[in-house]
Amino acid sequence: MMVDNQAAGGSDRPPDEHRGDPSGWKRILAAGVIAVLITTACAGSPDSSGGRQELLVSAAASLTQAFQQMEAGFERAYPETDVVLNLAGSSLLREQILSGAPVGVFASANPAIMAQVAEAGHLAGSYEVFALNHMTLAVPKGNPGGVTGLHDLARDELLVGLCIATVPCGDFAHRVLAHAGVQPAVDTEEPNVRALLTKVEASELDVAVVYVTDTVASGGVDAIPIPDDQNVLAEYPIAVVSGSPHPTIAADFVAFVLSAEGRGILERHGFSLP
Amino acid sequence: MSTPQQGNGHGSDRRRRLRTPPPLFILIPAAIGLVLFVVPVVGLLIGVPWGDLVALLSTEAVADTLRLSLLSSLAAAAISLVLGVPIAWVLARCRFPGRSVVRGLVLLPLVLPPVVGGAALLFALGRRGVIGAPLARATGLTLPFSTWGVVVAVTFVAMPLMVVTVEGALRNLDSRFERAAETLGASRWIVLRQVTLPMIGPSLVAGTALTWARALGEFGATLTFAGNLPGRTQTLPLAIFVALESDRDTAIALSLVMVTVSLVVLVSLRDHWWRRR
Repeated sequence: MMVDNQAAGGSDRPPDEHRGDPSGWKRILAAGVIAVLITTACAGSPDSSGGRQELLVSAAASLTQAFQQMEAGFERAYPETDVVLNLAGSSLLREQILSGAPVGVFASANPAIMAQVAEAGHLAGSYEVFALNHMTLAVPKGNPGGVTGLHDLARDELLVGLCIATVPCGDFAHRVLAHAGVQPAVDTEEPNVRALLTKVEASELDVAVVYVTDTVASGGVDAIPIPDDQNVLAEYPIAVVSGSPHPTIAADFVAFVLSAEGRGILERHGFSLP
Repeated sequence: MSTPQQGNGHGSDRRRRLRTPPPLFILIPAAIGLVLFVVPVVGLLIGVPWGDLVALLSTEAVADTLRLSLLSSLAAAAISLVLGVPIAWVLARCRFPGRSVVRGLVLLPLVLPPVVGGAALLFALGRRGVIGAPLARATGLTLPFSTWGVVVAVTFVAMPLMVVTVEGALRNLDSRFERAAETLGASRWIVLRQVTLPMIGPSLVAGTALTWARALGEFGATLTFAGNLPGRTQTLPLAIFVALESDRDTAIALSLVMVTVSLVVLVSLRDHWWRRR
């Protein structure tokens, strides 16, 4: 039976090779058609957006909502520009810029990270602080864990989340906890503040240390304030990145963020102004 | 008895065919495609801080991460053998309405972004999830932020590879051998153990290895569902991701470990994987 089977398999092969030539050409033709389709599709996309110039803005995850409005406002004022937001943890954004990503504007949640980018020679000029933020405790709606203050983060039975210490929100959280002398019983260290907040919104975490602006932006969590004497001030610097494909547009975007309209957007999202 | 001989015949046939050089319209795109796979590995190798490698990898944190990764990926491979092979059997052998829907559901984790898979797991098995909430009430077990959560996440993402591999093997299997064994009086359990499983042995090995390798490399679902805590839920890919933001040398050293382990598995797998083709 086995022999039969194998023999049948073997005898299938020569005709297969025989047909090789014509079907091979058909395949090449098909591949060519696909390649043409792909290239025309790719070439078509800038046209479909009206030949607009693309400005890549790398902004800290905690700026998400505010910078989405910045994007809309800037594109209204500069209709020939297409702002593309690249939102992630500031240190990941730094790595991208240091490895040569075509970023026009960098808005970081931490001056130290901005300073590292500046030292590496990746900024076109100097940087400027454009927004301030504070930390707060975020708990699920209704506060099921009964959290009242920072000391609750030491409770083992609560699910406690922080940002990882290498991103600003984690760094600030650790400084706040150190000020308060609290040793937290951490259950997860999330790579950015959005991921952390999502888990509080889903009630998977009982408490997390996030930015004030995050609790303003999210309708799904309650905020338990951290007293001023234990809190820290987060400064957000912004700068034009050197080697940007469109340096003047990048400078225009920075000016827009610092303008009255930009400041209004920031205040609406819970930021303080310097 | 006739199998190895036939296998050899195929092998020499294949070798003979390899001696004729491939035509240029095959060779050139193949070479271009290959560059895409080779260049990142070369880039990684260039970045490896060879002098500090041992020091970078012999910390307790790295040992924790390695232990957790091996544990969770081996668990995923074992669970996939126990649960995935029967799924493959049902999909290959049984005709029932909605079979293609079931197959689609099983294969979904292969094409879904792992982060989506992780979020779906969270909604289902999280502390407030459809199944997670009653589970937590009944047993006190909450999967997110626990090592069990890691096992669930990596199994979810990796098990489809076992199902695909084994289902393909079962379909190509000549069922006359099994029927012959049955007519000789073997029970269905004996047929499965002594005829079916040995005949698809290479695919079982391949499926296990692929599942394990995929589980070892799982990132998105683990991070979304199980979180990131060193020693409890931080697997090798998560440690690499975290280190990339602060300590690039450690990140590259850990990446080298992943590449080496995965490559060794895939290369040694080659014989098992191709023998039946």
